[in-house]
Amino acid sequence: MTKIKHLGAGTLAFSLLASTAALAEDLKIGMVVTLSGPPAALGQQIVDGFQLALDQKEGQLAGLGVELIVEDDELKPDVALLKANTLIEREEVDFVVGTVFSNMLQAIFKPVVESETFLISPNAGPSTFAGRNCNPYFFATSYQNNQNAEVSGLIANEEGFENVFVMAPNYQAGRDNVDGFRQTFEGTVSDEVFTPLGHQDFSAELARISTSGSDAIFTFMPGGMGVRLVNQFDEAGLSETMRFMSVFTTDETTLPGQKDAAVGFLAAGSWAPDLPNEANAAFVAAFEEAYGYIPGSYAMQAYDTANLIESALAATGGDMSDKDAVRDALRAADFTSVRGDFSFNNNHYPVQDFHKLEIVKREDGQFHTSFVRTVAEDYADSFHAECDM
Amino acid sequence: MSLTLFLILCLNGLQYGLLLFLIAAGLTLVFGVMGFINLAHGVQYMVGAYLIFAFTGLTGSFALALPLSLLAALAIGLLLEYAVFRHLYARPHLDQVLATFGIIIFLNELAKVLFGPTTLSIETPAFLSGAIQLTEQLRYPVYRLATIGVGLAVAIGLFATISYTRIGMLVRAGSTTPEMVAALGVNVTQLFRVVFGVGAMLAGFAGIIAAPIFAIEPGMGDNILIIAFVVIIIGGVGSIGGAFVAAILVGLIDTLGRSVATDLMSLFFGPSMANQVGPALASMLIYILMAAILVFRPKGLLPAKGVVA
Repeated sequence: MTKIKHLGAGTLAFSLLASTAALAEDLKIGMVVTLSGPPAALGQQIVDGFQLALDQKEGQLAGLGVELIVEDDELKPDVALLKANTLIEREEVDFVVGTVFSNMLQAIFKPVVESETFLISPNAGPSTFAGRNCNPYFFATSYQNNQNAEVSGLIANEEGFENVFVMAPNYQAGRDNVDGFRQTFEGTVSDEVFTPLGHQDFSAELARISTSGSDAIFTFMPGGMGVRLVNQFDEAGLSETMRFMSVFTTDETTLPGQKDAAVGFLAAGSWAPDLPNEANAAFVAAFEEAYGYIPGSYAMQAYDTANLIESALAATGGDMSDKDAVRDALRAADFTSVRGDFSFNNNHYPVQDFHKLEIVKREDGQFHTSFVRTVAEDYADSFHAECDM
Repeated sequence: MSLTLFLILCLNGLQYGLLLFLIAAGLTLVFGVMGFINLAHGVQYMVGAYLIFAFTGLTGSFALALPLSLLAALAIGLLLEYAVFRHLYARPHLDQVLATFGIIIFLNELAKVLFGPTTLSIETPAFLSGAIQLTEQLRYPVYRLATIGVGLAVAIGLFATISYTRIGMLVRAGSTTPEMVAALGVNVTQLFRVVFGVGAMLAGFAGIIAAPIFAIEPGMGDNILIIAFVVIIIGGVGSIGGAFVAAILVGLIDTLGRSVATDLMSLFFGPSMANQVGPALASMLIYILMAAILVFRPKGLLPAKGVVA
């Protein structure tokens, strides 16, 4: 079990430490993220982003000393459930922040919200909890899963793509993304291919893509799959004849492995490290200085989550006992998001702008997603009408 | 399916099969000769990939990094044997599984600590970075062809060593009646160590040649280990020839199956159903083959001589 006890600035003198240790009882935040296996980089970004916000506030949120307990769900639903139960029953945390993956969220959702503990997702945004099953104790600070793909469809329309080849891994999120893309894309989907999760060799698929006569490919291949696909796509020479657009395939967690092969590829998202606003510039600079790598959307969403919690606590004067008041304060989303405009919909999913992004190489030789232009303003998800909150 | 696509699929299947063979060869020898279940064998594949990444970074040359990585993979294999595995040979299989599983977790975490959790990649070595223009849009990288050639060469070399050299004879004898070989004055411990080291090095070599094609990440050896076990069960435990045939078979079935299954299913179902059933069925094919082998030829396709199954 990983336990990170946040006791203010760790370098303080003993007397000061003693006084902050007393404060550490004030607020307990439990975090359930994936920190092992190939997708560990995503979970690490969430921990780092959240920790950065805490460090900047010297370990306090709205004047309350914070004890952050980080748990690894190992990308196994049963482990996630066990860890979440530990957090709410033994540690009696005030907030649970998690998860990276939607299937992990589905595992921990029920016990956490039934214990009337606020559950805030810094990344996973499944459709399941956006519509009829929305819950007063659940908030997502990220997006609804389908949205990025829907916006990709809009980008494809704007780019004038007529035939797009669609490829995704054969599991729920893969299918959600394909559905999302189909929902907004007005041209023809020339073919759709579902690969196994963790697919190694894309050359058979690439051969099919090359004969499909498509203008572009749309894909969702998170993590290592994305690195392999992009490198093999480039090696097969397809970059010269068609465009590559994707979600969660070319981002700050995969670009160190893709490098030049991904430059110029299109992506859709609610944020990029160079999104022009003051809060964002400060966040990215501070993050790079603290952790030595360019933050991705995962880190950004975790950072926003910490600021959201602080804003709610500030509104209630640090009082956690009146759950309705805390909920109202969370709903108000009265914090400066590094994404710019940010508010919660009735289903507690964000309403935010989505942008067209492009992969660029920075002057220092590092790669990141770059803001091109806003495609959808104040974009709400397609499920909120079914939610009766 | 066009002829080009079929050709590409066959090449990929062959390439994947040879990669599997490099891993399964070590696994089957270690299991056959020592009766030792080494779950940590797959992690050697990952170690190879990280080694070539590290050495390419240090030396700036793939050609220079290759021998260094091979030596390091051998050294790590021998070190593991010396530090952990040799204490386990006499223990029951469950203890071996537990201990070697522990090694997997340890090395996966170590890779993460040393290199970070993100997926890494290395460039194809410059002298193999060309490509053959197959169709107007599609190129086939020379590097992939080279891996097929190298894989075949290693397979032939290994087969010749096992079949025609003194050490090969000892390995074959040791795999069936280790007590008898020991009674004839052969240092079986030493023999085991050589087999183990070579096995680890072969798995490392597989990781090295796979690194420029596939990405490098912690835990990359875990899935391939399962497939390698499927290969040695199909081929016959302890049999190099069996491992070769089974690896090529599994490689081809897996690769071709993925493309053909969906097309085949769309003859019976609508497109969306076929897209659901096809990939699911394709990923089951090799396990179905394994089950069939276990039922009809429990010793495997080409069992090692004298093995009592």
